[in-house]
Amino acid sequence: MATVYGIDLGGRGPALQARGLSVYYGEKHAVQNVDLEIPANQVVALIGPSGCGKSTLLRCFNRMNDLVKTARVDGTVDFHGQNLYASGIDPVEVRRRIGMVFQKPNPFPKSIYDNVAFGPRMNGLDGDLDATVEESLRRAALWDEVSDRLDDSAYALSGGQQQRLCIARTLAVKPEIVLMDEPASALDPIATQRIEELIYELKRDYTIVIVTHNMQQAARISDYTAFLYMGQLIEYGPTETIFTNPREKRTEDYVTGRFG
Amino acid sequence: MSSTVGPGVLAAKRSRRLKEGAIASVLFACAAASTLVTVGVVAALLGETIGFFREVSLVEFLTSTRWEPMFRDRHFGVLPLLSGSFLIAAGAGVIALPLGLLTAIFLSEYAGPRLRRTLKPVLEVLAGVPTVIYGYFALTFITPLLRVFLPETEIFNAAAASIVVGVMIIPTVSSLSEDALRAVPDSLREGAYGLGATKLEVSTRVVVPAALSGIIASFILGLSRAVGETMAVTIAAGNLPNLTLNPLESMQTMTAYIVQASLGDTPQGTIVYRTLFAVGMTLFLATLAMNILSQWVLAKFREEYR
Repeated sequence: MATVYGIDLGGRGPALQARGLSVYYGEKHAVQNVDLEIPANQVVALIGPSGCGKSTLLRCFNRMNDLVKTARVDGTVDFHGQNLYASGIDPVEVRRRIGMVFQKPNPFPKSIYDNVAFGPRMNGLDGDLDATVEESLRRAALWDEVSDRLDDSAYALSGGQQQRLCIARTLAVKPEIVLMDEPASALDPIATQRIEELIYELKRDYTIVIVTHNMQQAARISDYTAFLYMGQLIEYGPTETIFTNPREKRTEDYVTGRFG
Repeated sequence: MSSTVGPGVLAAKRSRRLKEGAIASVLFACAAASTLVTVGVVAALLGETIGFFREVSLVEFLTSTRWEPMFRDRHFGVLPLLSGSFLIAAGAGVIALPLGLLTAIFLSEYAGPRLRRTLKPVLEVLAGVPTVIYGYFALTFITPLLRVFLPETEIFNAAAASIVVGVMIIPTVSSLSEDALRAVPDSLREGAYGLGATKLEVSTRVVVPAALSGIIASFILGLSRAVGETMAVTIAAGNLPNLTLNPLESMQTMTAYIVQASLGDTPQGTIVYRTLFAVGMTLFLATLAMNILSQWVLAKFREEYR
């Protein structure tokens, strides 16, 4: 039975398991010795004040920190019994299984269709490309808005639509886990609501880890919440517990808005 | 109560306004000067060019395949000069465009900051070598080398000229292309990496297409330089107007003809003197056409990012 800090995960196996995870940027110890278990088909929110290491921690899960020259990662992240940081693991393969959506919508300067088809084309898709594009856009709740203008530039879309396009682009690669780094922070409230509804839909098929600085958002969409502070994991548990009955004083102060 | 705004205060403001106006006029004059010089150059070319076409028909100029203005039996077909210029520029492009772009991709996407800091100045030295040196390099090194492999190569030949002009314009292409590649926002690179792209895929499928407008601009600028290049091609390719596709033969370019005709005793008012302006005008129009073409290509194939 998988548990986190003695909390039952309801019999679901962990999709990711971090042990003793530390990240250094040069001298700075940005993430300090974090143990964290991400249950499959759940939404896990990482919250904490700016600079607490939540985005850095998220980027450990698909080895995006490899792209930062000064970053060094210690510890292990287990994914299907394999350590993502073991020698011989190809970060390119890791990122195909564990996708990522970024803070600012970053569609490629190509057509809507080519954005979604980018990953499948790169991976030498087996099957019907049109069908994959349509399915991915439907899953990202964007199909109805763009089905008649797939050849338009992605930049013709609104910010919220662009972000859903980026989600569709990620889903087209068929990942198991989707990492989201403040995916709605650059969007207006209505677009944000659509993204939140979408996340709720997506957890049937995907495991989602989301970084957010918006505590209401974390409370609304996540099943589990991890609170980080100054690079340390302070508390992790079911979202309801974290927000209504946290064990730690610092968690309570943060979620009630007393600091951060 | 308007006693605080006396006439003296207004006068002071007027003088300041005059000063501001004077500064604006000086700045405008500076900006206008360069434009006027361009207009003046075109006007100077135009006068003698019109004089030329009073004596030689435009049809002969554009269709005759012989350029022999100094012989007793004169022929004024500009095609050999045009083809010489464009063949050598095309040959230079074959060398410089791929090498320049690949260099730019390496510098922008692969090289670390330290390596880039070392390589870039070295590359830019290539652009600083006087073109006459390139010409003698072609004549005394490249041509003999070509003759080892292809003994039928003439002493003056287009191939050697193409090679050195190509080397000469690599820095133009690579430097401008690299600027365009580096201007592509990192968020696009991250997006592609996040989808499991390799470095090569990020470079070729995202960064290069996003920077394409700047890359094409660098190509056109490099080729314009190649068409306008004078000293190296005069030395390396020789002075024989020759309508041929064989790069191992001697060819004369438009610029080389202008050098040749200017060096001789060409009395003002003669037809040979006027050919200088007709050829100069053709060269000017050719590079202008390339610039317009590049603008059109840019507008058409642009992948804009924000």
